[in-house]
Amino acid sequence: MAVTTAERTAPTTIKRKKNAFSDGQGALAAMLLAPTLLVMFFVTGIPIVMSIVEAFYRAKGGVDPNTGLVQTGSSFVGLQNFTDIFAHPSIVVGVYGSMDRLINAFINTTLFTVVCVVLETILGVAMALIMARAFRGRGLVRASILVPWAIPTIVSAVMWKLIFNTDGVANKVLGLTNSPILWLGDNRYSQMAIIIADVWKTAPFIGLLTLAGLQTIPAEVYEAAKVDGASAWQTFTRITLPMVKPALVVAVLFRTLDTLRMFDLPWGMIGPGKYSVETLSVFAYLEMNATRYGQAAAYSIVLFLYIVLVAFLFVKLLGADVVGDEELKAINAQRKRMRELHRKQAKASASVRTNITSGSAAS
Amino acid sequence: MTQVATPVIAHLTPEELAALNKPRHDGKWWLGKIASTLGMAFIVIYCLVPFYWMIISSLRLPTMGLSNDYWPNPISFENYPGVFSAQNNFLRAIINSVVVSVTTTVLTLVFGIIGAYALARLRFAAKGFVLAIIIGASMFPGITLLLPLFKLFTGAYDWMPLHWLNQYQAAIIPSLSFGLPLCVWNLTAFFRQLPVELEQAAMVDGCTPGEAFRKVILPLAAPGVFTTAILTFIAVWNEFMISLTFLQARDMKTATVALSQFTGTLGFNTPFGSIMAAGVITTIPLLILVLFFQRRIVAGLTAGGVK
Amino acid sequence: MASKNKLARLTLSVLSATAILATAACGSSSGTAGSTTSASTDASWSKTGPINYVQGKDTSGNVQKVIDKWNALHPDQKVTLIELSDNADQQRASMIQNAQSKGASNYDVLSVDVVWTAEFAANGYISALPSNLDTSGYLKAAVDSGTYFNKLYAFPSTSDGALLYYRKDLLDAAGLKPPTTWADMKADCKTIQASTPGIDCYGGQFQKYEGLTCNIAEMVNSAGGQFLDDKGAPTVNTDAAVAGVQWAVDAFKDGTIPKAALTWQEEPSRQAFQDGKLVFLRNWPYVYSLANKTDGSSKVAGKFAVAPIPGLNGPGVSTLGGHNMGISTYSQNKGTALAFIQWWNSPENQKANTIATSNAPTWTALYTDTDLTSQFQYLPVLKASIDKAQARPKAVKYGDVTLAIQDAAYNALNGTTTAKAAMDDLQTKLTALVK
Repeated sequence: MAVTTAERTAPTTIKRKKNAFSDGQGALAAMLLAPTLLVMFFVTGIPIVMSIVEAFYRAKGGVDPNTGLVQTGSSFVGLQNFTDIFAHPSIVVGVYGSMDRLINAFINTTLFTVVCVVLETILGVAMALIMARAFRGRGLVRASILVPWAIPTIVSAVMWKLIFNTDGVANKVLGLTNSPILWLGDNRYSQMAIIIADVWKTAPFIGLLTLAGLQTIPAEVYEAAKVDGASAWQTFTRITLPMVKPALVVAVLFRTLDTLRMFDLPWGMIGPGKYSVETLSVFAYLEMNATRYGQAAAYSIVLFLYIVLVAFLFVKLLGADVVGDEELKAINAQRKRMRELHRKQAKASASVRTNITSGSAAS
Repeated sequence: MTQVATPVIAHLTPEELAALNKPRHDGKWWLGKIASTLGMAFIVIYCLVPFYWMIISSLRLPTMGLSNDYWPNPISFENYPGVFSAQNNFLRAIINSVVVSVTTTVLTLVFGIIGAYALARLRFAAKGFVLAIIIGASMFPGITLLLPLFKLFTGAYDWMPLHWLNQYQAAIIPSLSFGLPLCVWNLTAFFRQLPVELEQAAMVDGCTPGEAFRKVILPLAAPGVFTTAILTFIAVWNEFMISLTFLQARDMKTATVALSQFTGTLGFNTPFGSIMAAGVITTIPLLILVLFFQRRIVAGLTAGGVK
Repeated sequence: MASKNKLARLTLSVLSATAILATAACGSSSGTAGSTTSASTDASWSKTGPINYVQGKDTSGNVQKVIDKWNALHPDQKVTLIELSDNADQQRASMIQNAQSKGASNYDVLSVDVVWTAEFAANGYISALPSNLDTSGYLKAAVDSGTYFNKLYAFPSTSDGALLYYRKDLLDAAGLKPPTTWADMKADCKTIQASTPGIDCYGGQFQKYEGLTCNIAEMVNSAGGQFLDDKGAPTVNTDAAVAGVQWAVDAFKDGTIPKAALTWQEEPSRQAFQDGKLVFLRNWPYVYSLANKTDGSSKVAGKFAVAPIPGLNGPGVSTLGGHNMGISTYSQNKGTALAFIQWWNSPENQKANTIATSNAPTWTALYTDTDLTSQFQYLPVLKASIDKAQARPKAVKYGDVTLAIQDAAYNALNGTTTAKAAMDDLQTKLTALVK
């Protein structure tokens, strides 16, 4: 008879809570959190649901040929607002050639997000590394770093608009006064202008967050690395980056989501209706202004799903820890260990059962 | 007899010891210092140059708006009174910004403090879920929320006909959607940093949890609350899309919207000088806050991200 | 003080919201055509009382003075000025919001841009004016711009037409007269550029905005093409229309129009002309007095004159601009509104307004009035321009129409597509939009 060694196991059942708030302090917590949750429900939850519902309707809008008047009201069209992107595309010619306007906005949004986030992360980390080794002047640098962050985005949009003006200082500095680059036209250059303006504003912010992360790395770790003969690059990739990773990943996650929702910069700097810089937010907003609420809701839902997907990828794949509660982390880690343990136990007992095939083990 | 090994140091004189311990300023050290200084200079220039351009553009003569001189010649403050002229109505716009930002900040603080206490101190099973919802909700795109709220505030829904367009509450309520999670997140991080022992000590001394919170924790958390207030204020002051949609009347626009729609004496004029002056004016309150409280703000911004 | 007022209104509005609940009309029913309030059946046409007059930002400072005059004459029918944004799109959005919230903003008289008439009328935002109004003394083009389906919806108020500004000093020195065709203009430029190197030939407004629609409409119309035919169907891919666009495309390619013009709106183009960088400029009348300023801001003060814009085979056709006055469907005191509109646009008041603001009037006789022509030398040329002017395409979905036109024009001008391909695309889009 197979004998299972007496393992010291914790109780194998996980007690099910009666309700989410029954852990002793649940009632008080519910009371304290109720205002916040109620506000969020009414301000965010309900509008999202209403948006989703709206996305399935479309305004009637037909003109009566006899009176010339427009029909009022909206009718249910199912998924037509979404399928029309492919079935009846409204073709625009942007930087990528002619395609449906939503797809154009989608590609713009993705392009801006990827390029901006990559650039600002590289620049930000570089800034953090420089600042970490600073000897003097930290106060001045810290104050300067906060300036781009403090300037409202629309003010920075207007400021860069002046700089990138065809007769402005950007062309002057580049020596292009006679054959100027049309930074503010509807072309690739306006995309570059937007990327430059966005990176300028946000790279210092990432630098700041990374610096804080860098400062939590104890000096002994670096000394130990030096003693072990690590080169600068090895130190950076094997020690600095992994230890900064949690803070950096959260910062990059928030920046990515912010850039996906970019509105102020294209609107303030280049203007609405310019397809080369039209992001999903701007497009949905313009549709709303044109009283095409159904389509506007549909496009904003597309953006919403995109954001949810990106956030999900960040949390699951890159391990972004947004919540950051130590106790929760410990509880989750414990639960994970218990699950692993029970899986192993179940496998062990299952293999024990299947091994009893020969007669010698019986009786 | 065992020989006790004497340390080498004992054979050195104090002067030789000092000479050995002196930090070596060799070529590599100097290179590092120069690179570091250059790097810092680069950062300062990078951050400040565009802002410098905005300031000097506002200090030019109103007729020289597009001049590209690196230093205004002559320096003129004429653009600043022009910003506040009757046709631009900018003073009213700033007042509107202040009203919306302050009201939103106060509301978020009130809800946020009690919510953050629950999230930082209390233990309940749904805590992770609640935190995730609150932070997740702030990630929703503004335009998705704007549309139904727009229809709601213009009375398009028969079951709740509101006509709040061009009234403050139409901008305050949507601002709560990003202001409240930001506030809760920051405050939770701050409260977590305070040791539990303080409250426990207070309760041992006979306080109820509520009293412990009010008399012991809140005063200690005051810097954190203050910083969160500043961060929320800046975030709401910064807000553009919501104000653009809901506060359209000339007397109700906030500073950010008014700035983006500045025109000059004629319908077509683009007064670069006044626009830059208005930009400087819109940014100055934030900059003052930032420069005075930079340590706190940096601590606040990084508190959430760094454990 | 004002903000306290607003806060008081906040509480009031919350209370009144519940009251409105009981009386709010149903908005999202299925498939009823917008209601028409004809002058005979709607009782509000005979009601008088205080009203609100809504227009964009008053850049002249004159509007309130005129309103005060009315208020002195009619103390029981006070008019209050509500100023909207100076941005045309924002004005339109505000007026639409007022209509969609069933008049919650209490707009009564609206200053309607000429291109919004069809949209506002078809959607029931403004009411058809009584059919017995006498509009014979007003410019035909202006009256037409306020008409939809043969009913007058907006009363003609101000007008606008494009002018060709040219450097009189340079043309006189070369012994040339102002050109009437595009070919003449190019030839004139060649002569002048030989003696004055570095100067560009022609400037207009070619950034992607409403001004581009105006400029391209002028190119198309001046070449003999049309956007819509008599029945309202699109005809933009005719040879004439394409020829007009093709001229502009070629002009960009060979440098007749500087590349920077692709980013120009009215102000940058005026700046270029004032700095002496252009021989010819197409712009609105407002440039005249600014370019003549002797305070040093204009290098061309006294050196320029105006002429009608040139065309392909003869004088060109300008775009019609201007504003008309309409009455919101949800206005309660339409009697006062109508009386105010007619009073505002009476010949005497239009003359006074023109002198104070230099906006072009719509009362025909004023264009030959000696007082005005002596003060505004460009008036006769402007009248000729407006007489021949063509309105931009009338469409209920004008916002989409103008965007489609801007798309096609911009793509053709910056070389992304050929003129023919762009106009073919535009034809397809307009056919779908206008039907």
